[in-house]
Amino acid sequence: MFEEAIGKGSNKVRNTVERGAVRKFADSIGDAHPIFVDEEAGKASRYGDNIAPPTFPRVFDYGEITGLNLPSKGLIHGEQIYHYERPLLVGEDIHCWTEVKDYKEKAGKSGTMGILSLEGKGEDSEGTLVFRAEQVVIITEAVRKGMEA
Amino acid sequence: MSAIAEKQTGDTLTSITLPPVTRLDLIKYAGASGDYNPIHTIDGEAEKAGLPGIIAHGMWTMGNLSKLFTPYYEEGFIETYQIRFRGMVFLDDVISLHAEVSEQTEGKITFNVNAKNQKEEDVLKGKVVFKTY
Repeated sequence: MFEEAIGKGSNKVRNTVERGAVRKFADSIGDAHPIFVDEEAGKASRYGDNIAPPTFPRVFDYGEITGLNLPSKGLIHGEQIYHYERPLLVGEDIHCWTEVKDYKEKAGKSGTMGILSLEGKGEDSEGTLVFRAEQVVIITEAVRKGMEA
Repeated sequence: MSAIAEKQTGDTLTSITLPPVTRLDLIKYAGASGDYNPIHTIDGEAEKAGLPGIIAHGMWTMGNLSKLFTPYYEEGFIETYQIRFRGMVFLDDVISLHAEVSEQTEGKITFNVNAKNQKEEDVLKGKVVFKTY
């Protein structure tokens, strides 16, 4: 039911890697390491500033894809891949967008599952790609039926 | 802590065992990540979804797992972090985090990584490619 969305993308949204957001995020995953949260440690590091944990892009706004209306409940996160050119720096702006890469349906024990692949990207203010975030979402038959109803 | 660049195939990073998962852990992650799907925080919503109780965000566990690599950011960074979510994490589960070198090439070290529960079942599994400077 999402076949038509393949290839569709969102418009770029400007996000800032906010210091407070990074601190809260690092704390929430039990990883309040100085490289993420201590300003002096950040300055003294090879990065010259604090960096963000690799799963921090979960926080960013990637914009909306017109015509792709995913249910707010019942989705199963199957797989997640981050690919980085370099770590994210605290304080920098990252422009993010997302695209539907693929959609397939597969028969399984509990009915037909939908497998949706999304790819988010983030680039810096110069337009250089910093990361890609691939996400595979499983939509069960029950959830799809609920959407059609 | 020895340098990550000296790790050879079969070597491991120091494993970490997390304290038992609490509701507050998941409330904090919901707030910090912006993922307010209620199956992670509200019992009634988890039950409506057919679950025996609330489950951790897969991304919470994936976020925790990456801390095995945090002490090594002066040497390099995580270039690729790929995870398959294999099993659910419930309240009071005791999760342990593991990484083992599977391949070592010039400038890149590949690790098999996983998080296990107290029954030794993988809850997530994948790989990390650590790029050294």
